[in-house]
Amino acid sequence: MGAIGAGIAALGAGVGIGLIGSRAMDAIARQPEAVGDIRNNMILTAALVEGAALFAIVVGLLQG
Amino acid sequence: MTEVLFLADFSVIKPDPGLIFWTALIFLLVWLILGRMAFRPIQNALKQREQDIQNALDEARKARQEMANLKAENEELLKQAQEERAKILKEAKEAKDTIISEAKEKAKEEAHKIVENAKAEIENQRMAAVVDLKNQIGLLSIEVAEKVLRRQLEDKAGQEQFVKSLVDEIKLS
Amino acid sequence: MKVEFKKLSILVFALAFSWGMLLAQGHGQAQEEHGVETEQQGEHGGEAGHGGHEDGKYDPVGTVMGHIADANEFHVWKGVHLPLPVILYAPEHGWTTGLSSMFQHGHVAVDGYVLNHGRVNRVADPAFPKGEAHIDGVVAHKVEEADGKEKDVYYAVHEGQEYLLDPPSTVDGGFLGGRITSFYDFSITKNVFTMLLAGLLLILLFSAVARGYRKNIHKAPSGIQSFMEVFFVFIRDEVTKPMIGEKHYERFQPFIMTLFFFILFCNLMGLIPFFPGSANVTGNLAVTMTLAVITFLVVNFNGKRDYWEHVFWMPGIPAWVKIILTPVEILSLFIKPFSLMIRLFANISAGHIIILSLIGLVFLFGNNGQSVGGAAGGAVIGGLFTAFMNLIELLVAFLQAFIFAILTASYIGAAVEEHHHDEAHGEAH
Repeated sequence: MGAIGAGIAALGAGVGIGLIGSRAMDAIARQPEAVGDIRNNMILTAALVEGAALFAIVVGLLQG
Repeated sequence: MTEVLFLADFSVIKPDPGLIFWTALIFLLVWLILGRMAFRPIQNALKQREQDIQNALDEARKARQEMANLKAENEELLKQAQEERAKILKEAKEAKDTIISEAKEKAKEEAHKIVENAKAEIENQRMAAVVDLKNQIGLLSIEVAEKVLRRQLEDKAGQEQFVKSLVDEIKLS
Repeated sequence: MKVEFKKLSILVFALAFSWGMLLAQGHGQAQEEHGVETEQQGEHGGEAGHGGHEDGKYDPVGTVMGHIADANEFHVWKGVHLPLPVILYAPEHGWTTGLSSMFQHGHVAVDGYVLNHGRVNRVADPAFPKGEAHIDGVVAHKVEEADGKEKDVYYAVHEGQEYLLDPPSTVDGGFLGGRITSFYDFSITKNVFTMLLAGLLLILLFSAVARGYRKNIHKAPSGIQSFMEVFFVFIRDEVTKPMIGEKHYERFQPFIMTLFFFILFCNLMGLIPFFPGSANVTGNLAVTMTLAVITFLVVNFNGKRDYWEHVFWMPGIPAWVKIILTPVEILSLFIKPFSLMIRLFANISAGHIIILSLIGLVFLFGNNGQSVGGAAGGAVIGGLFTAFMNLIELLVAFLQAFIFAILTASYIGAAVEEHHHDEAHGEAH
């Protein structure tokens, strides 16, 4: 059960990080001069999403 | 394929107090040593260098500004000098003109005076000449008259008186 | 042409790494198998081998878990081990110190301490002889716990008698399968050794850089100095300055730099498949937990009035929302370092596990030495995938160090910020 939950969490996070990445690419294409700012914010946001996913995965694994 | 419980062997998620102790010790030591020995000096050196570069740029800008100022000043000076020169030239010309005109005036005056003098002299000479001429004419006339009268008249004295009066009349006229 | 050459050399490099990894694991495997043999000899034909090596069969999970685990000795090459100092403390016995070589790879017990799969365990039974004692081997039994989970329990065999082995104490409070046992292990383990090495390398590197700055004062940087300056300036301009702010960033620059480089070096050393590397340092929860706790302390000790006000009594919102928000904010104080801890741990551990699993394909396909063709196929497939994963892990090593640093900087930034209350509320928690 836990493994399935972890998988679902990873799925959600994957979609979320994919969206972040796609929007960041759009933004960079639109404003290539702001690439530094966009990259930093992208990594930060992705890290936050990933944090939530990892949280879910750990809880899923702990529940066995 | 195996009955080993996943978590039981997954020892990396079991925090070992020894490892915690050593991690903390090593990290804090590295932080302290690097902070003291490397990061602060590097930070200061970088800041120093940035300041140096900024100073150099500022100085360059200042020098350029000064150069521009100097150039403007030079131009100003040059302009002033040119004006001065023009003024001096003008004054010189004016002086020349006055001198010339004065000289001309003076020359004219002199000439005039000379002419005047010459005229007066001429008049004098003429007067003298006229007087002389009159005298000569008188004498001549007297001679003429004497001769005439000697021939015609014996009364010499009366004749002479008469002629003299005539001559005076002529002088008066 | 030049680019082609570069690509090719990267590929060769990555392949060489995976091959090194393969060798390392192969030897480990061979050695453990050797261990199984001696054990079975000493077991008077006992029922089972230990761990996953029942009947000499290859157990991928056990092998992978063994390789990412911490150890009291450092495997160098072909059964050559670097002995590491052991410092052990049992409340009822006191301190025991020495080198891990005194255990002779699990054949000798010292003061009841036995080396089991590279890790020191202890016999708590007072009947076990003190001082040095020969042991015939270590056996494992499966025990069903109260909640139905199965667990391996190890026993040391001494003169035909089996004695229960205690693993080292862990401080997870039983949540993660650990517990406080009869002793504490303060040894210089493989992970500690690697961390020391990383710290030493960092100190050497940066002392050289700092020397450059002293030497080249009022001059252009040169050599290693100009190489490392890029990192310093990058961390300053991309991480600390924008995250912490112009006013406070200088105070925290050394901390963020130390974090970044310490994590980066530990990550990179974990990627080296042979001796000085290969330890799963940042993939160990104890390490990331310590780093996260230090970060937590740094952030909260530097918290300004505004920060605490935002945590306990968020200004600018209705009172009933404040009552809901305050617990959330307090919780988020702890979730932030917790997510730092989990993120680094999970990324690095997962990388190690994937690479080791791919290498394990060689042994799985080779049917544990029965099928040479299968092993060759496994080597090709596993090697290529491992090369690919190694490149990704190289990226991850930098990325995770960077993320740890940038998130720490942003937490510090939130703590030291003094705001005027209309902006800075869009920040997500």
